[in-house]
Amino acid sequence: MKRKIYMTAGYNTVSMGTGRKEFNPKKDRPGLEYYISEAGKGVLNQIGGAEKVDESFIGNFMAARFNKQGHIGGFAGMIDPGLEYKPAMRVEGACSSGGLALVSGIRSVLAETADVVLALGVEVQNTVKAIYGADILAGAGWFQKRKNSHAYFFPGQNSDRAGAYYEKYGYDYTRKGMGKWFCNDMENARLDPNAQEFHNTTPDLEALYHGMKPNGKSFVDHLNVLDCSKVSDGASGIAIVSEEGLKRIGVDKKDAVEIVGWAQLTRNITNDPPEPLELTTIKKTAAKALENAGISIDQVATIELHDCFSIVGVLGVEALGLAEPGKGAGFIAEGNTSRTGKIPMNTTGGLIGWGHPTGATGVHQAVTIWQQLTGKAGATQLNITAEKPYGLTINMGGDDVTVVAIVYKRGE
Amino acid sequence: MNYDERLKHVSVLGAAGKMGSGILLLTAVEMADISLKPENKGKTFVLNAIDLSDDGLAGLMDYLRVQVQKIAEKKAVMLRQLYADRTDLIENFDIIEQYVNDVLRIVRPTTAIETSYRSNLVFEAVSENKDLKVKILKQIDTNNPNQPWFFTNTSSVPIHLIEDEAGLKGRVLGFHFYNPPAIQKLVELIVTAYTLPEATQFANSYAKALRKVVVPSNDFAGFIGNGHFMRDALHGINQAIELSKTIPLTEAIYKVNKVSQDFLVRPMGIFQLVDYVGIDVVQFIMKVMNPFMVNEDLHSDLLDKMMELGVKGGQLSSGAQKDGFLKYEKGAPVAVFDIKQGDYVAFDSFSAKSDEQLGALPQNFKPWKAAVRIANNETHFTPYFAELKAMDSEGAKLAIRYGKRSDAIGRQLVSDKVANNEQDVNTVMLTGFFHAYGPINSFFE
Ligand SMILES: NC(=O)c1ccc[n+]([C@@H]2O[C@H](COP(=O)([O-])OP(=O)(O)OC[C@H]3O[C@@H](n4cnc5c(N)ncnc54)[C@H](O)[C@@H]3O)[C@@H](O)[C@H]2O)c1
Repeated sequence: MKRKIYMTAGYNTVSMGTGRKEFNPKKDRPGLEYYISEAGKGVLNQIGGAEKVDESFIGNFMAARFNKQGHIGGFAGMIDPGLEYKPAMRVEGACSSGGLALVSGIRSVLAETADVVLALGVEVQNTVKAIYGADILAGAGWFQKRKNSHAYFFPGQNSDRAGAYYEKYGYDYTRKGMGKWFCNDMENARLDPNAQEFHNTTPDLEALYHGMKPNGKSFVDHLNVLDCSKVSDGASGIAIVSEEGLKRIGVDKKDAVEIVGWAQLTRNITNDPPEPLELTTIKKTAAKALENAGISIDQVATIELHDCFSIVGVLGVEALGLAEPGKGAGFIAEGNTSRTGKIPMNTTGGLIGWGHPTGATGVHQAVTIWQQLTGKAGATQLNITAEKPYGLTINMGGDDVTVVAIVYKRGE
Repeated sequence: MNYDERLKHVSVLGAAGKMGSGILLLTAVEMADISLKPENKGKTFVLNAIDLSDDGLAGLMDYLRVQVQKIAEKKAVMLRQLYADRTDLIENFDIIEQYVNDVLRIVRPTTAIETSYRSNLVFEAVSENKDLKVKILKQIDTNNPNQPWFFTNTSSVPIHLIEDEAGLKGRVLGFHFYNPPAIQKLVELIVTAYTLPEATQFANSYAKALRKVVVPSNDFAGFIGNGHFMRDALHGINQAIELSKTIPLTEAIYKVNKVSQDFLVRPMGIFQLVDYVGIDVVQFIMKVMNPFMVNEDLHSDLLDKMMELGVKGGQLSSGAQKDGFLKYEKGAPVAVFDIKQGDYVAFDSFSAKSDEQLGALPQNFKPWKAAVRIANNETHFTPYFAELKAMDSEGAKLAIRYGKRSDAIGRQLVSDKVANNEQDVNTVMLTGFFHAYGPINSFFE
């Protein structure tokens, strides 16, 4: 890359929604403004204020429908007057909107149009009941296909993927892997006070998971709600900076992660996925990011994988080359992706445990990796060794349509 | 006439009432689902919502819209299939809105009883007054050429009396919902000696479509539910009066209420339940039932006195509990009515003393809320009541006495042939009154 690029000063709001003790769907709650503001200020406080920022990007998927609010770039100046009359825009790529905010910041720093970028992601989704939320989220697919799709659009699509996997590799085998994925997420979420499932105290998660059978009459055929990511309100932010930028904001390289490789690919939304049992775009994007970084997946210490559904965890592990096709469920069931396993994933709970404020998720993933690699991960902290110093985030929009993959390493 | 045809033109009498509005909601949804079947395309289904009250009917339509929307949201998965051929309906939002519309377009709110003259089926849920029920059913039947069936929701009037006096031989049955009909799973089904088998069969199919639990009850005033509840309540009232020989009645009421709720592990104490149903309603049902009782006086002076003082309990239209024997704050009882003073006495002022006199609950006590969730709860209640029986406290003794009486009432319903068997009595109390264990058991022997 032309310039060294760093990320630092990450910040997450709480992921608010069912699971949190303080969440009451019948009571008024903070809106978009609150979350944008909290996450924005959370970053600015760590980098010496808004004066240091050249440009802002806000990832957001569907505020236009969840909150009847477009023009999200206009909220940058609300965070701090120091951001007013500077470049700011909202970027969108469904659930990869946050990842696109990161990519936008990286590009701007690379293009030397900025040395310090404020990258945010936000979504406030608990404004509508789940059944209408499903309509809104379906906007991540092709609307021409909405009529013949499931009431719960994305669960429906992923249910089909799960069903195909069950058929090919066996139901019990697959559910074991998916169940383990769910348990890992929950156990990790309990370690992060901002996670939506932080308050989770279910004594036997496995029993809960396997006791709940998928029911197509009330939901979808091959998944239950525990296989799904959460409906969340939340925002995350992080600063994307050049070397000069680091100096400007007075942050030591050790407290930053360096972006050593990244890629962003998109497939044609009007086509069905080429292979129900393969996340082709994730596969291609991850390979390209690793290639750009010049490393192999074996050198990666921890991964944030976009597990909007537990089956995506299974297929994702395969797309990343950690397991052969059909072996992903077993790989997870054996504990390889748990926090004590070979390659810990989603160490703050992922989309199923931490939460999935859709437009914020890509940024949240970067914040988690930044925390892990710089020793700021609190109770969720992993031991990062010199042999495996890298982190990887995979952020996906739609059904494997837009993917952002980023490879990180602690600054030195 | 098959099931669908029977439901093509229906009337609900008293549609704006507590029971009528629920019956209307459930029936409207069932009729809409039938009207949307491919084979019924192009047929018009009509559900008359008949009531005397214009205000009530306006409120009914608001209630319906909200409730139907909730129902539609819950079954959106199925509705997408139902409207698969409607290319204009794409999002869940569109589909739910259309369904709400399809349900509401069936319903005709009206004060004109004449609209029922074309119905095949009439649900009756007007006020509990035999003469009123007889008069309107007769009027409709005289003017309706379809030989309609009448499903009455009466709580206490024997069905054969209505059948006889209104001249409806074979075409009436008791279809006794519990309050609120949209939520309560129980329906008591009461037929007379003449009720047409087709009508009974239809009633069962209809109940099944509504996902109700049907318990057949024989045609005795009060049927199973009120047959048990009224006697059970009377036991509680009389127990309190007996205690009041040595302590103030207010404290006695508090004690019996506590014993029936906590010691007996019921969802609410007996005085709270009487308030919930309404002192007026309880008094009234007893009055209707009493003439049919043999060697039994189903009557309470205390209820009469409360009514004279204008203290009635029951619910506000918001669902909030009105004050009765007890006074409520946020739904929880906090004080008890003192007949002599005509005012409430706060629990706080005496409850510590009363609680001490009653004594502690058994060690392995679990409140009703937890106990109902135990899958095979006999394993919990057998040792619980064994422990209670072994205790010497006032609370334990009152509870055992109460449990025995409740058991005896249940068995009497079977021996009096109101219920066909003990299981039916238990089902009614478990399902309709949310008891955690059936009144007929071996816990209190
Ligand atoms: N409330 C309960 O818990 C309960 C439970 C089971 C059965 N029931 C029975 O259901 C019936 C209705 O009870 P409710 O509690 O709904 O009473 P309610 O007073 O709430 O409703 C009665 C309705 O009937 C209407 N009405 C009265 N006379 C009428 C007439 N001539 N024509 C048309 N409408 C008329 C009234 O305007 C009112 O809206 C009664 O027979 C009652 O015993 C009540």
